[in-house]
Amino acid sequence: MIREFFTQLRLNAILGLFLVGVLLLVIALGLVWTPYDPLAIDLDHTLGQPSWSHWFGTDQFGRDVLSRAMLGARISTMIAVETVVVAVAAGAMLGVIAGFLRGWTDRALMTVTDAVLAFPGMLLALALIAVLGSSRRSIVLALSIAYLPSVLRVVRSAVLSIREREYVEASQVSGDSTLYTMVRHVLPNTLPPVIVLATSMFGWVVLSESALSFLGVGVPPPAPTWGNMLSMARPYMANAAWLSIVPGLCIAATLLGVNLLGDAIRDYFDPRREAR
Amino acid sequence: MLAYTFKRLLLTLPTLLLVALIVFFMIRLIPGDPAQVLLGEGADQASLAALRESLGLDKSLPRQFLTWAGNALQGDLGRSIVSDEPVIALIIDRFQLTAVVVLVAVALATIIAVTAGLIAAWRRDSGIDVAVVGTASLVMAIPSFWLGLILLLVFGLKLGWLPVVGYVPFSESASEAVFYLVLPILTLTIIESGMLTRMMRSSAIDVLQLEYVTHARAKGLAERTVLARHVFPNAFAPTLTLVGLTLGHLLGGIAVTETVFTLPGLGRLMVDSILARDYPVVQGCLLFTAVIYVLVNLIVDLLYPFFDPRVTAQ
Repeated sequence: MIREFFTQLRLNAILGLFLVGVLLLVIALGLVWTPYDPLAIDLDHTLGQPSWSHWFGTDQFGRDVLSRAMLGARISTMIAVETVVVAVAAGAMLGVIAGFLRGWTDRALMTVTDAVLAFPGMLLALALIAVLGSSRRSIVLALSIAYLPSVLRVVRSAVLSIREREYVEASQVSGDSTLYTMVRHVLPNTLPPVIVLATSMFGWVVLSESALSFLGVGVPPPAPTWGNMLSMARPYMANAAWLSIVPGLCIAATLLGVNLLGDAIRDYFDPRREAR
Repeated sequence: MLAYTFKRLLLTLPTLLLVALIVFFMIRLIPGDPAQVLLGEGADQASLAALRESLGLDKSLPRQFLTWAGNALQGDLGRSIVSDEPVIALIIDRFQLTAVVVLVAVALATIIAVTAGLIAAWRRDSGIDVAVVGTASLVMAIPSFWLGLILLLVFGLKLGWLPVVGYVPFSESASEAVFYLVLPILTLTIIESGMLTRMMRSSAIDVLQLEYVTHARAKGLAERTVLARHVFPNAFAPTLTLVGLTLGHLLGGIAVTETVFTLPGLGRLMVDSILARDYPVVQGCLLFTAVIYVLVNLIVDLLYPFFDPRVTAQ
Protein backbone atom coordinates (compact mmCIF):
# COMPACT_ATOMS: atom_id res chain seq x y z
CA MET A 1 0.00 0.00 0.00
CA ILE A 2 2.80 2.39 0.89
CA ARG A 3 4.54 1.73 -2.39
CA GLU A 4 1.26 2.34 -4.17
CA PHE A 5 0.98 5.80 -2.87
CA PHE A 6 4.48 6.69 -3.47
CA THR A 7 4.03 5.88 -7.13
CA GLN A 8 0.80 7.83 -7.14
CA LEU A 9 2.52 10.76 -5.49
CA ARG A 10 5.34 10.70 -8.01
CA LEU A 11 2.92 10.41 -10.92
CA ASN A 12 1.17 13.55 -9.68
CA ALA A 13 4.46 15.39 -9.31
CA ILE A 14 5.59 14.27 -12.77
CA LEU A 15 2.31 15.33 -14.38
CA GLY A 16 2.51 18.68 -12.56
CA LEU A 17 6.12 19.24 -13.64
CA PHE A 18 5.24 18.24 -17.17
CA LEU A 19 2.34 20.70 -17.44
CA VAL A 20 4.33 23.57 -15.90
CA GLY A 21 7.29 22.66 -18.13
CA VAL A 22 5.09 22.83 -21.23
CA LEU A 23 3.82 26.24 -20.11
CA LEU A 24 7.38 27.54 -19.65
CA LEU A 25 8.45 26.09 -23.00
CA VAL A 26 5.50 27.73 -24.76
CA ILE A 27 6.35 31.06 -23.15
CA ALA A 28 10.04 30.71 -24.12
CA LEU A 29 9.10 29.76 -27.66
CA GLY A 30 6.65 32.66 -27.84
CA LEU A 31 9.47 35.07 -27.03
CA VAL A 32 11.27 34.24 -30.26
CA TRP A 33 8.57 32.83 -32.53
CA THR A 34 4.81 32.62 -32.92
CA PRO A 35 3.12 31.11 -36.00
CA TYR A 36 1.56 34.49 -36.87
CA ASP A 37 1.65 38.00 -35.45
CA PRO A 38 -0.76 37.70 -32.45
CA LEU A 39 -2.10 41.20 -33.11
CA ALA A 40 -2.27 41.11 -36.92
CA ILE A 41 -5.84 41.56 -38.15
CA ASP A 42 -6.79 39.56 -41.25
CA LEU A 43 -10.37 40.34 -42.23
CA ASP A 44 -10.33 37.77 -45.06
CA HIS A 45 -10.03 34.89 -42.60
CA THR A 46 -12.32 35.77 -39.69
CA LEU A 47 -13.66 32.98 -37.46
CA GLY A 48 -11.68 30.38 -39.39
CA GLN A 49 -12.05 26.81 -38.18
CA PRO A 50 -9.00 24.98 -36.83
CA SER A 51 -6.98 23.84 -39.83
CA TRP A 52 -3.42 22.99 -40.85
CA SER A 53 -2.54 26.64 -41.39
CA HIS A 54 -4.27 27.80 -38.17
CA TRP A 55 -4.14 24.93 -35.67
CA PHE A 56 -6.54 26.56 -33.21
CA GLY A 57 -8.48 28.56 -35.81
CA THR A 58 -8.82 32.34 -36.03
CA ASP A 59 -10.94 34.83 -34.08
CA GLN A 60 -13.50 37.41 -35.20
CA PHE A 61 -10.70 39.68 -36.48
CA GLY A 62 -8.89 36.85 -38.26
CA ARG A 63 -6.12 36.78 -35.66
CA ASP A 64 -4.41 33.43 -35.13
CA VAL A 65 -5.71 31.88 -31.89
CA LEU A 66 -2.58 29.77 -31.28
CA SER A 67 -0.33 32.83 -31.51
CA ARG A 68 -2.61 34.79 -29.22
CA ALA A 69 -2.76 31.95 -26.70
CA MET A 70 1.06 31.83 -26.71
CA LEU A 71 1.36 35.56 -26.06
CA GLY A 72 -1.47 35.30 -23.54
CA ALA A 73 0.49 32.62 -21.65
CA ARG A 74 3.36 35.09 -21.25
CA ILE A 75 1.17 38.00 -20.14
CA SER A 76 -0.89 35.92 -17.70
CA THR A 77 2.19 34.24 -16.24
CA MET A 78 4.11 37.50 -15.88
CA ILE A 79 1.21 39.13 -14.06
CA ALA A 80 0.88 36.11 -11.77
CA VAL A 81 4.63 36.03 -11.02
CA GLU A 82 4.75 39.77 -10.28
CA THR A 83 1.69 39.53 -8.03
CA VAL A 84 3.05 36.55 -6.11
CA VAL A 85 6.42 38.26 -5.64
CA VAL A 86 4.86 41.50 -4.35
CA ALA A 87 2.33 39.75 -2.11
CA VAL A 88 4.86 37.28 -0.72
CA ALA A 89 7.56 39.88 -0.09
CA ALA A 90 5.23 42.31 1.67
CA GLY A 91 3.23 39.57 3.42
CA ALA A 92 6.34 37.77 4.68
CA MET A 93 7.83 40.99 6.04
CA LEU A 94 4.65 41.98 7.88
CA GLY A 95 4.10 38.39 9.01
CA VAL A 96 7.57 38.19 10.58
CA ILE A 97 7.02 41.54 12.30
CA ALA A 98 3.62 40.48 13.65
CA GLY A 99 4.68 37.02 14.77
CA PHE A 100 8.03 38.02 16.22
CA LEU A 101 7.16 41.24 18.02
CA ARG A 102 3.74 39.96 19.20
CA GLY A 103 1.78 42.26 21.50
CA TRP A 104 0.32 45.46 20.20
CA THR A 105 1.85 45.37 16.71
CA ASP A 106 0.60 41.84 16.22
CA ARG A 107 -2.94 42.63 17.33
CA ALA A 108 -3.15 45.69 15.09
CA LEU A 109 -1.83 43.82 12.04
CA MET A 110 -4.13 40.86 12.61
CA THR A 111 -7.22 43.04 12.96
CA VAL A 112 -6.42 44.77 9.68
CA THR A 113 -5.80 41.37 8.08
CA ASP A 114 -9.15 40.06 9.30
CA ALA A 115 -10.88 43.14 7.93
CA VAL A 116 -9.23 42.83 4.51
CA LEU A 117 -10.04 39.11 4.44
CA ALA A 118 -13.71 39.99 4.99
CA PHE A 119 -13.86 41.28 1.42
CA PRO A 120 -14.15 38.58 -1.22
CA GLY A 121 -10.74 38.70 -2.95
CA MET A 122 -12.21 39.22 -6.40
CA LEU A 123 -14.46 42.07 -5.32
CA LEU A 124 -11.68 43.80 -3.42
CA ALA A 125 -9.47 43.56 -6.50
CA LEU A 126 -12.33 44.84 -8.66
CA ALA A 127 -12.92 47.81 -6.37
CA LEU A 128 -9.21 48.62 -6.18
CA ILE A 129 -8.97 48.55 -9.96
CA ALA A 130 -11.99 50.85 -10.10
CA VAL A 131 -10.10 53.28 -7.88
CA LEU A 132 -6.65 52.84 -9.43
CA GLY A 133 -7.79 52.70 -13.06
CA SER A 134 -7.55 49.71 -15.39
CA SER A 135 -3.94 49.02 -16.28
CA ARG A 136 -1.50 46.17 -15.94
CA ARG A 137 0.17 47.77 -12.96
CA SER A 138 -3.05 48.31 -11.06
CA ILE A 139 -4.05 44.67 -11.69
CA VAL A 140 -0.82 43.49 -10.09
CA LEU A 141 -1.22 45.93 -7.21
CA ALA A 142 -4.91 45.11 -6.63
CA LEU A 143 -4.35 41.34 -6.68
CA SER A 144 -1.29 41.69 -4.42
CA ILE A 145 -3.31 43.58 -1.84
CA ALA A 146 -6.10 41.01 -2.07
CA TYR A 147 -3.70 38.08 -1.54
CA LEU A 148 -1.32 39.70 0.96
CA PRO A 149 -3.38 38.84 4.09
CA SER A 150 -3.20 35.08 3.41
CA VAL A 151 0.61 35.29 3.22
CA LEU A 152 0.75 37.37 6.37
CA ARG A 153 -1.30 34.79 8.28
CA VAL A 154 0.73 31.79 7.12
CA VAL A 155 4.06 33.47 7.84
CA ARG A 156 2.90 34.75 11.22
CA SER A 157 1.81 31.32 12.40
CA ALA A 158 5.13 29.85 11.24
CA VAL A 159 7.02 32.59 13.09
CA LEU A 160 5.10 31.89 16.29
CA SER A 161 6.76 28.48 16.51
CA ILE A 162 10.13 29.59 15.08
CA ARG A 163 10.58 32.31 17.70
CA GLU A 164 10.59 29.69 20.46
CA ARG A 165 13.54 27.79 18.96
CA GLU A 166 17.00 27.78 20.53
CA TYR A 167 18.82 29.49 17.68
CA VAL A 168 16.55 32.53 17.99
CA GLU A 169 17.18 32.67 21.72
CA ALA A 170 20.91 32.24 21.09
CA SER A 171 20.88 35.14 18.64
CA GLN A 172 19.07 37.36 21.12
CA VAL A 173 21.30 36.39 24.04
CA SER A 174 24.45 37.06 22.01
CA GLY A 175 23.31 40.65 21.62
CA ASP A 176 22.00 40.75 18.05
CA SER A 177 19.51 43.51 17.37
CA THR A 178 15.87 42.48 17.00
CA LEU A 179 15.95 43.46 13.34
CA TYR A 180 19.04 41.33 12.70
CA THR A 181 17.48 38.31 14.44
CA MET A 182 14.30 38.70 12.39
CA VAL A 183 16.05 39.02 9.05
CA ARG A 184 18.89 36.59 9.63
CA HIS A 185 17.25 33.82 11.66
CA VAL A 186 13.48 34.04 11.54
CA LEU A 187 12.74 35.05 7.95
CA PRO A 188 14.77 32.26 6.25
CA ASN A 189 13.02 29.61 8.32
CA THR A 190 9.58 30.66 7.14
CA LEU A 191 10.61 29.64 3.62
CA PRO A 192 9.02 26.14 3.43
CA PRO A 193 5.42 27.23 4.16
CA VAL A 194 5.93 30.33 1.99
CA ILE A 195 7.06 28.23 -0.97
CA VAL A 196 4.03 25.97 -0.58
CA LEU A 197 1.71 28.96 -0.36
CA ALA A 198 3.37 30.82 -3.24
CA THR A 199 2.88 27.83 -5.53
CA SER A 200 -0.83 27.54 -4.91
CA MET A 201 -1.16 31.33 -4.93
CA PHE A 202 0.31 31.39 -8.42
CA GLY A 203 -2.62 29.24 -9.55
CA TRP A 204 -5.21 31.43 -7.78
CA VAL A 205 -3.72 34.57 -9.28
CA VAL A 206 -3.81 33.13 -12.81
CA LEU A 207 -7.47 32.31 -12.16
CA SER A 208 -8.28 35.74 -10.67
CA GLU A 209 -6.50 37.60 -13.43
CA SER A 210 -8.36 35.65 -16.09
CA ALA A 211 -11.63 36.32 -14.24
CA LEU A 212 -10.87 40.06 -14.10
CA SER A 213 -10.07 40.07 -17.81
CA PHE A 214 -13.22 38.06 -18.45
CA LEU A 215 -15.25 40.71 -16.62
CA GLY A 216 -13.71 43.40 -18.77
CA VAL A 217 -11.52 45.14 -16.17
CA GLY A 218 -8.33 43.20 -16.80
CA VAL A 219 -5.50 43.82 -19.24
CA PRO A 220 -6.89 46.17 -21.90
CA PRO A 221 -7.14 44.80 -25.46
CA PRO A 222 -5.66 44.28 -28.01
CA ALA A 223 -3.08 42.56 -25.78
CA PRO A 224 -4.36 38.99 -25.38
CA THR A 225 -4.76 37.24 -22.05
CA TRP A 226 -6.60 33.94 -21.69
CA GLY A 227 -9.34 35.74 -19.77
CA ASN A 228 -10.05 38.44 -22.34
CA MET A 229 -9.85 35.88 -25.16
CA LEU A 230 -12.62 33.95 -23.41
CA SER A 231 -14.60 37.09 -22.78
CA MET A 232 -14.46 38.04 -26.47
CA ALA A 233 -15.33 34.50 -27.53
CA ARG A 234 -18.68 34.53 -25.77
CA PRO A 235 -20.80 36.10 -28.58
CA TYR A 236 -19.36 33.60 -31.10
CA MET A 237 -19.91 30.54 -28.95
CA ALA A 238 -22.53 29.00 -31.22
CA ASN A 239 -20.52 28.93 -34.46
CA ALA A 240 -16.93 29.25 -33.24
CA ALA A 241 -16.68 27.02 -30.18
CA TRP A 242 -12.88 26.73 -30.49
CA LEU A 243 -12.57 30.37 -29.44
CA SER A 244 -14.02 29.45 -26.03
CA ILE A 245 -12.38 26.04 -25.72
CA VAL A 246 -8.72 26.92 -26.39
CA PRO A 247 -8.13 29.64 -23.74
CA GLY A 248 -10.16 27.68 -21.17
CA LEU A 249 -8.04 24.58 -21.72
CA CYS A 250 -4.90 26.71 -21.35
CA ILE A 251 -6.07 28.04 -17.98
CA ALA A 252 -7.22 24.61 -16.79
CA ALA A 253 -3.95 22.90 -17.82
CA THR A 254 -1.87 25.59 -16.11
CA LEU A 255 -3.91 25.42 -12.91
CA LEU A 256 -3.86 21.62 -12.86
CA GLY A 257 -0.08 21.62 -13.34
CA VAL A 258 0.54 24.22 -10.66
CA ASN A 259 -1.85 22.58 -8.18
CA LEU A 260 -0.29 19.13 -8.63
CA LEU A 261 3.18 20.62 -8.27
CA GLY A 262 2.00 22.53 -5.20
CA ASP A 263 0.68 19.31 -3.62
CA ALA A 264 3.96 17.57 -4.32
CA ILE A 265 5.97 20.43 -2.77
CA ARG A 266 3.70 20.46 0.28
CA ASP A 267 4.13 16.72 0.77
CA TYR A 268 7.88 17.14 0.45
CA PHE A 269 8.00 19.76 3.22
CA ASP A 270 5.35 18.14 5.39
CA PRO A 271 5.72 14.35 5.17
CA ARG A 272 2.96 13.83 7.74
CA ARG A 273 0.38 14.98 5.21
CA GLU A 274 1.75 12.68 2.52
CA ALA A 275 -0.44 12.11 -0.51
CA ARG A 276 -3.55 13.80 0.70
CA MET B 1 -21.09 28.51 25.83
CA LEU B 2 -22.55 31.91 26.68
CA ALA B 3 -19.10 33.32 27.37
CA TYR B 4 -17.86 31.89 24.07
CA THR B 5 -20.76 33.45 22.18
CA PHE B 6 -20.23 36.79 23.84
CA LYS B 7 -16.48 36.78 23.21
CA ARG B 8 -17.00 35.84 19.57
CA LEU B 9 -19.57 38.64 19.14
CA LEU B 10 -17.21 41.15 20.70
CA LEU B 11 -14.40 40.10 18.37
CA THR B 12 -16.40 41.03 15.27
CA LEU B 13 -16.70 44.68 16.32
CA PRO B 14 -13.14 45.85 15.52
CA THR B 15 -13.30 43.92 12.23
CA LEU B 16 -16.56 45.61 11.25
CA LEU B 17 -15.19 49.02 12.20
CA LEU B 18 -12.08 48.48 10.06
CA VAL B 19 -14.18 47.18 7.18
CA ALA B 20 -16.17 50.41 7.30
CA LEU B 21 -12.96 52.47 7.45
CA ILE B 22 -11.50 50.67 4.42
CA VAL B 23 -14.67 51.18 2.38
CA PHE B 24 -14.85 54.83 3.42
CA PHE B 25 -11.24 55.67 2.57
CA MET B 26 -11.17 53.70 -0.68
CA ILE B 27 -13.46 56.26 -2.29
CA ARG B 28 -11.39 59.08 -0.80
CA LEU B 29 -8.38 57.62 -2.66
CA ILE B 30 -9.88 58.65 -5.98
CA PRO B 31 -8.31 61.96 -6.90
CA GLY B 32 -10.64 64.94 -6.93
CA ASP B 33 -13.58 66.23 -4.95
CA PRO B 34 -15.42 63.29 -3.27
CA ALA B 35 -18.78 64.98 -3.90
CA GLN B 36 -17.94 65.20 -7.61
CA VAL B 37 -16.80 61.56 -7.59
CA LEU B 38 -20.01 60.42 -5.88
CA LEU B 39 -22.35 62.43 -8.08
CA GLY B 40 -20.61 61.87 -11.40
CA GLU B 41 -19.56 64.28 -14.15
CA GLY B 42 -23.01 65.62 -14.96
CA ALA B 43 -23.88 66.92 -11.49
CA ASP B 44 -25.08 70.54 -11.13
CA GLN B 45 -23.64 72.99 -8.61
CA ALA B 46 -26.69 72.94 -6.33
CA SER B 47 -26.70 69.18 -5.74
CA LEU B 48 -22.90 69.19 -5.39
CA ALA B 49 -23.18 71.79 -2.65
CA ALA B 50 -25.98 69.82 -1.01
CA LEU B 51 -23.94 66.62 -1.00
CA ARG B 52 -20.86 68.44 0.31
CA GLU B 53 -23.03 69.69 3.12
CA SER B 54 -24.47 66.26 3.96
CA LEU B 55 -21.09 64.51 3.73
CA GLY B 56 -19.67 67.23 5.94
CA LEU B 57 -16.72 67.76 3.59
CA ASP B 58 -15.79 71.01 5.32
CA LYS B 59 -15.39 69.10 8.59
CA SER B 60 -12.48 66.89 9.66
CA LEU B 61 -12.03 63.36 8.22
CA PRO B 62 -13.01 61.55 11.45
CA ARG B 63 -16.22 63.61 11.59
CA GLN B 64 -16.92 62.75 7.95
CA PHE B 65 -16.43 59.08 8.69
CA LEU B 66 -18.78 59.19 11.67
CA THR B 67 -21.47 60.87 9.58
CA TRP B 68 -21.06 58.31 6.83
CA ALA B 69 -20.99 55.32 9.22
CA GLY B 70 -24.02 56.69 11.06
CA ASN B 71 -25.97 56.92 7.82
CA ALA B 72 -24.83 53.43 6.78
CA LEU B 73 -26.00 52.00 10.11
CA GLN B 74 -29.44 53.43 9.38
CA GLY B 75 -29.41 51.78 5.97
CA ASP B 76 -28.66 54.97 4.04
CA LEU B 77 -25.86 54.19 1.59
CA GLY B 78 -26.55 57.09 -0.75
CA ARG B 79 -28.06 57.07 -4.21
CA SER B 80 -26.88 55.54 -7.47
CA ILE B 81 -25.38 58.03 -9.93
CA VAL B 82 -26.82 56.09 -12.84
CA SER B 83 -30.39 55.28 -11.75
CA ASP B 84 -30.81 57.65 -8.77
CA GLU B 85 -32.30 54.76 -6.79
CA PRO B 86 -31.26 54.29 -3.15
CA VAL B 87 -28.18 52.03 -3.10
CA ILE B 88 -29.56 49.81 -0.34
CA ALA B 89 -32.71 49.06 -2.37
CA LEU B 90 -30.62 48.10 -5.41
CA ILE B 91 -28.42 45.83 -3.30
CA ILE B 92 -31.28 44.03 -1.59
CA ASP B 93 -33.09 43.57 -4.88
CA ARG B 94 -30.05 41.98 -6.55
CA PHE B 95 -28.92 40.07 -3.48
CA GLN B 96 -32.00 37.84 -3.43
CA LEU B 97 -31.07 36.19 -6.72
CA THR B 98 -27.42 35.72 -5.71
CA ALA B 99 -28.46 34.30 -2.34
CA VAL B 100 -30.77 31.68 -3.90
CA VAL B 101 -28.12 30.49 -6.37
CA VAL B 102 -25.33 30.44 -3.80
CA LEU B 103 -27.27 28.77 -1.00
CA VAL B 104 -28.58 25.97 -3.21
CA ALA B 105 -25.20 25.43 -4.87
CA VAL B 106 -23.22 25.39 -1.61
CA ALA B 107 -25.75 23.05 0.02
CA LEU B 108 -25.49 20.64 -2.93
CA ALA B 109 -21.70 20.93 -3.02
CA THR B 110 -21.49 20.19 0.71
CA ILE B 111 -23.66 17.08 0.38
CA ILE B 112 -21.53 15.85 -2.53
CA ALA B 113 -18.30 16.66 -0.70
CA VAL B 114 -19.29 14.95 2.54
CA THR B 115 -20.46 11.79 0.78
CA ALA B 116 -17.55 11.56 -1.66
CA GLY B 117 -14.97 12.60 0.94
CA LEU B 118 -16.15 10.08 3.53
CA ILE B 119 -16.27 7.21 1.05
CA ALA B 120 -12.86 8.08 -0.38
CA ALA B 121 -11.31 8.24 3.10
CA TRP B 122 -13.03 5.03 4.15
CA ARG B 123 -11.76 3.17 1.06
CA ARG B 124 -8.43 4.97 1.01
CA ASP B 125 -6.12 4.16 -1.93
CA SER B 126 -8.85 2.15 -3.67
CA GLY B 127 -10.05 2.86 -7.19
CA ILE B 128 -12.89 4.97 -5.79
CA ASP B 129 -10.45 7.07 -3.76
CA VAL B 130 -8.19 7.72 -6.74
CA ALA B 131 -11.22 8.63 -8.84
CA VAL B 132 -12.58 11.01 -6.19
CA VAL B 133 -9.25 12.75 -5.59
CA GLY B 134 -8.54 12.95 -9.32
CA THR B 135 -11.93 14.44 -10.11
CA ALA B 136 -11.65 16.91 -7.25
CA SER B 137 -8.20 18.06 -8.40
CA LEU B 138 -9.43 18.42 -11.96
CA VAL B 139 -12.49 20.41 -10.86
CA MET B 140 -10.29 22.75 -8.82
CA ALA B 141 -8.31 23.56 -11.96
CA ILE B 142 -11.31 24.55 -14.06
CA PRO B 143 -12.23 28.25 -14.12
CA SER B 144 -15.91 28.64 -13.22
CA PHE B 145 -16.62 30.91 -16.16
CA TRP B 146 -15.17 28.42 -18.59
CA LEU B 147 -17.17 25.55 -17.13
CA GLY B 148 -20.24 27.80 -17.40
CA LEU B 149 -19.52 28.54 -21.05
CA ILE B 150 -19.00 24.87 -21.86
CA LEU B 151 -22.24 23.88 -20.08
CA LEU B 152 -24.06 26.61 -21.99
CA LEU B 153 -22.54 25.34 -25.21
CA VAL B 154 -23.60 21.75 -24.55
CA PHE B 155 -26.98 22.08 -22.81
CA GLY B 156 -28.07 25.39 -24.25
CA LEU B 157 -26.82 25.47 -27.81
CA LYS B 158 -26.13 21.88 -28.87
CA LEU B 159 -28.91 20.06 -27.01
CA GLY B 160 -31.24 23.04 -26.66
CA TRP B 161 -32.56 21.83 -23.29
CA LEU B 162 -31.99 25.01 -21.32
CA PRO B 163 -32.14 28.75 -22.09
CA VAL B 164 -28.86 30.46 -23.05
CA VAL B 165 -29.34 34.08 -21.98
CA GLY B 166 -31.66 36.06 -19.77
CA TYR B 167 -33.60 35.53 -16.62
CA VAL B 168 -37.21 35.53 -15.42
CA PRO B 169 -37.66 36.83 -11.85
CA PHE B 170 -39.21 34.50 -9.27
CA SER B 171 -42.04 36.97 -8.75
CA GLU B 172 -43.15 36.50 -12.37
CA SER B 173 -42.88 32.76 -12.75
CA ALA B 174 -41.19 30.50 -10.25
CA SER B 175 -41.06 27.48 -12.56
CA GLU B 176 -39.45 29.48 -15.35
CA ALA B 177 -37.00 31.11 -12.95
CA VAL B 178 -35.81 27.65 -11.90
CA PHE B 179 -35.26 26.82 -15.55
CA TYR B 180 -32.83 29.71 -15.91
CA LEU B 181 -31.04 28.89 -12.67
CA VAL B 182 -30.23 25.22 -13.35
CA LEU B 183 -26.97 25.86 -15.20
CA PRO B 184 -25.58 28.58 -12.89
CA ILE B 185 -26.31 26.38 -9.87
CA LEU B 186 -24.81 23.33 -11.57
CA THR B 187 -21.66 25.30 -12.45
CA LEU B 188 -21.13 26.60 -8.92
CA THR B 189 -21.92 23.22 -7.35
CA ILE B 190 -19.29 21.47 -9.47
CA ILE B 191 -16.63 24.13 -8.88
CA GLU B 192 -17.16 24.43 -5.14
CA SER B 193 -17.37 20.68 -4.48
CA GLY B 194 -13.70 20.16 -5.47
CA MET B 195 -11.96 21.82 -2.55
CA LEU B 196 -14.66 20.77 -0.05
CA THR B 197 -14.31 17.12 -1.05
CA ARG B 198 -10.56 17.18 -0.54
CA MET B 199 -10.99 18.86 2.83
CA MET B 200 -13.58 16.32 3.96
CA ARG B 201 -11.49 13.38 2.80
CA SER B 202 -8.40 14.70 4.50
CA SER B 203 -10.05 15.23 7.89
CA ALA B 204 -11.97 11.94 7.65
CA ILE B 205 -8.65 10.14 7.14
CA ASP B 206 -7.34 11.71 10.34
CA VAL B 207 -10.46 10.78 12.28
CA LEU B 208 -10.54 7.18 10.98
CA GLN B 209 -7.14 6.58 12.59
CA LEU B 210 -8.33 7.62 16.04
CA GLU B 211 -8.82 5.06 18.77
CA TYR B 212 -12.48 5.64 19.39
CA VAL B 213 -13.22 4.62 15.80
CA THR B 214 -11.38 1.33 16.40
CA HIS B 215 -13.34 1.05 19.63
CA ALA B 216 -16.66 1.64 17.86
CA ARG B 217 -15.76 -1.03 15.31
CA ALA B 218 -14.67 -3.41 18.04
CA LYS B 219 -18.06 -3.01 19.67
CA GLY B 220 -19.40 -4.60 16.51
CA LEU B 221 -21.13 -1.54 15.10
CA ALA B 222 -21.93 -1.67 11.41
CA GLU B 223 -19.53 0.32 9.21
CA ARG B 224 -22.40 2.55 8.17
CA THR B 225 -23.06 3.46 11.81
CA VAL B 226 -19.37 4.01 12.52
CA LEU B 227 -19.10 6.41 9.58
CA ALA B 228 -22.34 8.24 10.26
CA ARG B 229 -22.25 8.48 14.05
CA HIS B 230 -18.54 8.61 14.85
CA VAL B 231 -16.51 9.70 11.84
CA PHE B 232 -18.83 12.22 10.19
CA PRO B 233 -19.46 14.67 13.10
CA ASN B 234 -15.78 14.96 13.96
CA ALA B 235 -14.50 15.10 10.41
CA PHE B 236 -17.13 17.64 9.43
CA ALA B 237 -15.97 20.47 11.73
CA PRO B 238 -13.03 21.68 9.55
CA THR B 239 -15.15 21.28 6.42
CA LEU B 240 -17.85 23.39 8.04
CA THR B 241 -15.35 26.23 8.47
CA LEU B 242 -14.49 25.99 4.79
CA VAL B 243 -18.21 25.91 3.90
CA GLY B 244 -18.61 29.11 5.90
CA LEU B 245 -15.70 30.83 4.18
CA THR B 246 -17.00 29.73 0.77
CA LEU B 247 -20.52 30.84 1.55
CA GLY B 248 -19.33 34.19 2.88
CA HIS B 249 -17.29 34.90 -0.21
CA LEU B 250 -19.84 33.65 -2.73
CA LEU B 251 -22.73 35.58 -1.19
CA GLY B 252 -20.65 38.69 -1.85
CA GLY B 253 -21.28 38.14 -5.48
CA ILE B 254 -20.59 35.49 -8.01
CA ALA B 255 -19.73 38.18 -10.53
CA VAL B 256 -18.15 35.81 -13.03
CA THR B 257 -20.90 33.19 -13.02
CA GLU B 258 -23.55 35.90 -13.19
CA THR B 259 -21.77 37.39 -16.19
CA VAL B 260 -21.63 34.08 -18.03
CA PHE B 261 -25.33 33.41 -17.50
CA THR B 262 -26.41 37.08 -17.71
CA LEU B 263 -28.07 36.94 -14.29
CA PRO B 264 -28.84 40.27 -12.60
CA GLY B 265 -27.24 39.40 -9.25
CA LEU B 266 -25.17 41.32 -6.73
CA GLY B 267 -21.82 40.55 -8.37
CA ARG B 268 -23.04 41.83 -11.72
CA LEU B 269 -24.33 44.99 -10.01
CA MET B 270 -20.86 45.62 -8.63
CA VAL B 271 -19.10 45.03 -11.95
CA ASP B 272 -21.58 47.19 -13.88
CA SER B 273 -21.21 49.95 -11.28
CA ILE B 274 -17.42 49.81 -11.57
CA LEU B 275 -17.59 50.03 -15.35
CA ALA B 276 -20.06 52.95 -15.06
CA ARG B 277 -18.03 54.63 -12.27
CA ASP B 278 -21.11 54.52 -10.07
CA TYR B 279 -19.09 54.86 -6.85
CA PRO B 280 -21.91 55.03 -4.29
CA VAL B 281 -23.09 51.61 -5.50
CA VAL B 282 -19.53 50.22 -5.52
CA GLN B 283 -19.06 51.46 -1.98
CA GLY B 284 -22.41 50.03 -0.86
CA CYS B 285 -21.75 46.63 -2.45
CA LEU B 286 -18.32 46.38 -0.84
CA LEU B 287 -19.64 47.24 2.60
CA PHE B 288 -22.60 44.90 2.23
CA THR B 289 -20.51 41.91 1.09
CA ALA B 290 -17.95 42.37 3.84
CA VAL B 291 -20.65 42.58 6.50
CA ILE B 292 -22.31 39.44 5.10
CA TYR B 293 -18.96 37.65 5.22
CA VAL B 294 -18.34 38.63 8.82
CA LEU B 295 -21.88 37.56 9.81
CA VAL B 296 -21.67 34.18 8.03
CA ASN B 297 -18.38 33.44 9.75
CA LEU B 298 -19.85 34.48 13.07
CA ILE B 299 -22.71 32.01 12.56
CA VAL B 300 -20.29 29.24 11.56
CA ASP B 301 -18.15 29.88 14.63
CA LEU B 302 -21.21 29.78 16.83
CA LEU B 303 -22.26 26.46 15.24
CA TYR B 304 -18.79 25.00 15.64
CA PRO B 305 -19.12 23.86 19.29
CA PHE B 306 -22.00 21.58 18.29
CA PHE B 307 -19.56 19.54 16.21
CA ASP B 308 -16.49 20.00 18.34
CA PRO B 309 -17.34 20.80 22.00
CA ARG B 310 -13.64 21.31 22.82
CA VAL B 311 -13.82 24.71 21.12
CA THR B 312 -15.77 26.39 23.90
CA ALA B 313 -13.31 25.14 26.46
CA GLN B 314 -10.43 27.05 24.89
